[in-house]
Amino acid sequence: MSEITPSQTVGPFFAYGLTPEGRNKWDPNGTYSWKTTVADNLITPDVTGERIRIEGRIFDGDGVGINDAMLEIWQADAQGRYAHPRDTRALPNATFKGFGRSATSKDGTFSFDTIKPGAVPGPNGKPQAPHIVVCIYSRGMLRQVYTRLYFSDEAGNASDPILTLVPADRRVTLIANKSVKNGQPVYTFDIHMQGDKETVFFEV
Amino acid sequence: MTLVFPKESLSAFPKHLTPEYKSTVKRSPTKPLIIVPHTLSELTGPVYGHDAIQETDNDLTKQGKGEPLGERIIVHGHVLDEDKRPVPDVLVEIWQANACGRYVHLVDQHPAPLDPNFTGAGRTISDKKGYYKFITVKPGAYPWGNHHNAWRPNHIHFSVFGHSFLSRLVTQMYFPGDYLFPFDPIFNSVADEKDRLRMVSSFDLENTVPDWALAFRFDIVLRGREATPLDTDKH
Repeated sequence: MSEITPSQTVGPFFAYGLTPEGRNKWDPNGTYSWKTTVADNLITPDVTGERIRIEGRIFDGDGVGINDAMLEIWQADAQGRYAHPRDTRALPNATFKGFGRSATSKDGTFSFDTIKPGAVPGPNGKPQAPHIVVCIYSRGMLRQVYTRLYFSDEAGNASDPILTLVPADRRVTLIANKSVKNGQPVYTFDIHMQGDKETVFFEV
Repeated sequence: MTLVFPKESLSAFPKHLTPEYKSTVKRSPTKPLIIVPHTLSELTGPVYGHDAIQETDNDLTKQGKGEPLGERIIVHGHVLDEDKRPVPDVLVEIWQANACGRYVHLVDQHPAPLDPNFTGAGRTISDKKGYYKFITVKPGAYPWGNHHNAWRPNHIHFSVFGHSFLSRLVTQMYFPGDYLFPFDPIFNSVADEKDRLRMVSSFDLENTVPDWALAFRFDIVLRGREATPLDTDKH
């Protein structure tokens, strides 16, 4: 018998509490004075690894961009280490938290500036391909939705222990496609809540 | 101590698709969720320290030039895991409507006044015993467009971190005995009454400060319990 506190929707009005410096200016008086605790830029000055940008849009069942969603990402550093006590290996990037938050803009766009994560240990000692855990919150979501972002230029995807649990024809929804803009690697990752291209979501 | 996060505990959560709450219809997954094992990626999660916040971020009555209008209240409690052990040093964030039931947000067009001395955002870090405390004003009820004459019960939004990314919880705290409970599809999206009542704070006379503020207690129980020998065998 579970006794956890139930989840409830983040609702439409979380911006001034959770993402006060997001792209949408929702403050009727100008700009919220509240400072962001968790930003969409995860990069710390001394962090090692390849600097990348993640961009995408999130769509509802009508194909309309969701303008009041929030995404959170959780990832390892370039060496595949998590900044958390359960990962007991050495942590070369002491200041890199690996956690970010992005509110969507009017057309449902989100983005993160971060480091490409390294491979991390998986079940039974098998490595997992580099990936980012993504959590989505919005009005109309009574609980957060979990998915994962994988990278289109990683050969390890083919043998990733989680990706291979997903039906082959749906794996494409979890792959962020690489392009280069202004010399910087950009990975595009669109999220479809429903429809033909419905993103794979996980029960964790 | 090794924590596990049994999926069965999620039975207390609402279903993604709850048609009575209309916004869920176009925003919830239609295909079955893929069940995956917990790897290091799920079993870890963000860690925030006291450097992430200001000392006074937990007092929502001190963010303006003067005091906000409304009923001053204390909202406090413990962040706990499924074994009811304290979850120390975690970030707790709240946001809420003002005493008139109006949010500081462009989309909120409820014709109730904004309060120049109230934003409605707060945050704190739980202490070594998992304890947290906010000072605020009691939020008002407000109408919303879900159905004819729909009103949300008084509530405070909570965002809480725990021992892992699986413990991450966004919820709403309600006030005891609210007459709007039977009519609210968000509150009632939690099917079981015992589960629902865990979202309702209790009036706390013992911690009510004489001549100053009523207190409400709200304990938050996150996913995560100690592994039993049986769980360990499985790994």
